[in-house]
Amino acid sequence: MITSKDLSFSYSPHKKFSFPDILCNDGEALLILGQSGRGKTTLLHILALLLTPESGDIIIDGHSIRSLSPGQTATVRANKIGIIYQRAHFVSSLTVLENLLLSNYLAGRSQDRNKAAYLADQLGFGEHLSKKTHELSQGEQQRVSIARALMNNPAVILADEPTSNLDDENCQKVVNLLKAQSAQIGASLIVVTHDQRLKDEFSNQISL
Amino acid sequence: MNLIKISWANIKDKKLNSFLSVLLLTLGIGMISLLLLLNKQLDEQFRRNIKGIDMVVGAKGSPLQLILSSIYQIDAPTGNVPLSEVNKLKMNPFVKTVIPLSMGDNYQGYRIVGTTPTYVKHFEAAVGTGKLFEKPLEVTLGSKVAGATGLKVGDTFASAHGLDGEGDEHGDSKYLVVGVFESSGSVIDQLILTDLSSVWAIHDHADAPAHDAEEGEHDHEETMPQPQEREVTSALIQFRNPMGLLALPRQVNANTPMQAALPSIEINRLFSLLGVGIDTLRALAFVIILIAGASVFISLYNSLKERKYEMALMLSMGATRTRLFGMLLLEGLILALLGYVAGVLLSHLGLWLFSQAAEQDFHYSFSSMALLPEELLLLAGALAIGVLAAALPSLGVYRLSISRTLAQD
Repeated sequence: MITSKDLSFSYSPHKKFSFPDILCNDGEALLILGQSGRGKTTLLHILALLLTPESGDIIIDGHSIRSLSPGQTATVRANKIGIIYQRAHFVSSLTVLENLLLSNYLAGRSQDRNKAAYLADQLGFGEHLSKKTHELSQGEQQRVSIARALMNNPAVILADEPTSNLDDENCQKVVNLLKAQSAQIGASLIVVTHDQRLKDEFSNQISL
Repeated sequence: MNLIKISWANIKDKKLNSFLSVLLLTLGIGMISLLLLLNKQLDEQFRRNIKGIDMVVGAKGSPLQLILSSIYQIDAPTGNVPLSEVNKLKMNPFVKTVIPLSMGDNYQGYRIVGTTPTYVKHFEAAVGTGKLFEKPLEVTLGSKVAGATGLKVGDTFASAHGLDGEGDEHGDSKYLVVGVFESSGSVIDQLILTDLSSVWAIHDHADAPAHDAEEGEHDHEETMPQPQEREVTSALIQFRNPMGLLALPRQVNANTPMQAALPSIEINRLFSLLGVGIDTLRALAFVIILIAGASVFISLYNSLKERKYEMALMLSMGATRTRLFGMLLLEGLILALLGYVAGVLLSHLGLWLFSQAAEQDFHYSFSSMALLPEELLLLAGALAIGVLAAALPSLGVYRLSISRTLAQD
């Protein structure tokens, strides 16, 4: 579960963002819609603990993040939060499987090959595990990045424009997978997008 | 999955860049290591055979040539000098021992050297099988000669004129092998030793019979088998005390038809002549190593620009900056280690090849396997360059803004 209160952030005195409060329970999904320049990515980065908000607080699984040291923040981010970016990025020298295991390794967990194989089968790229990531199509890459976000069984899954580079078919597929997988592990799913195709897919919505 | 695996994957991912860095490092390290090895081996070979020989006398000519031919048996002799003159030196109060040498013949390229048992004693060579030569035309073989020619005790052979194995054979007088030396690592290993008188016996039929011009030497109590007017090629002299060094060379050069050469001076001169070349090569090698460092630097710098997003990604996945910095350092270290190993292998292979050639031409061999202490120093240097070249661009990891990098693009 993730909640936020009175979050605000400013890049400069002229460009200040104040964000509406957010509540997303375990196993639920929340869509945050907004046009470009409304601070969608900024909000997502604050929720992902990549940016420190100017004011306000975030509670993840009942713990406030305000008083965390940078090291603790990194640990919480690695273990509690799975992030999916607009364009799937990977460590390009590693294979698909290694990229998945990397998420275990960097979070300091044991590397779960079975889980990687299971997720790959679920998300439909089981035969690509030993390939390099750039050999995969965009849709496949986005599915790999979903699997990577799920590797540590996070409490919160954050997705930044996960579908904007995909065609309708892959868009539908990715949204369904995101919803199904996060529900399966009981995580809160927050999708930030301007993609109008997703409007009807989520019952909980916030507009920026 | 661990840091080493990721570093290695990154190195493999940029094959050409990595190859160039390793190649440059290999060349630089290889050159320096080869120079070190050659320097040490030459030095060892030269100093070992010099020991205890304070002065060499022989026919006038190049002193370096006299030293090379008489002590190391690698150059042609300068000519012959009368034995009587050599024997006169024995009377000198500064002189402790005089070892006359007579050369001019070979068997299959191995020099036959006429001398006295003092020569054997001087180099501390021990007879392995058989015995030391006693009578004319008896020879004792150096261990390498015995191994290469297959001659055994009891065999006879005809020598050939000259020193290079292609002269006419002295067909009528044959040498008899009476013994083989144990390997001593000195010049004796590659020589066939016989008594001085043998060389005269072989050549007497050709030369005009000896002349009785100088009868003076009958006064001396000689250990020489034939104390009549004879010629030798040169003689190795040991002084009784260092004072001889000051007085004798000048005396010999001024008052006799011979010249005196001091091995220590000539060898130092030889090394200083070689040294110019060695210094140039060494400077070149260091430049190559610096370029290798620059190559590691540039390829990491470029790849880090491309991999900025990867770094931000790994940071967002829980990696600490220090861990990523360590991973990048590791890439530099691995490249440096690869370059070092390849370079040292290359230099030892080079020395081995050189040794094969030297064995063929000069009958000298070098051991090429042992690792020098200086080479360990070289390892430290290579690793330092790898770390330094990797550290400079990698420091950027500490300044990387995760959010901004991830938001771009």
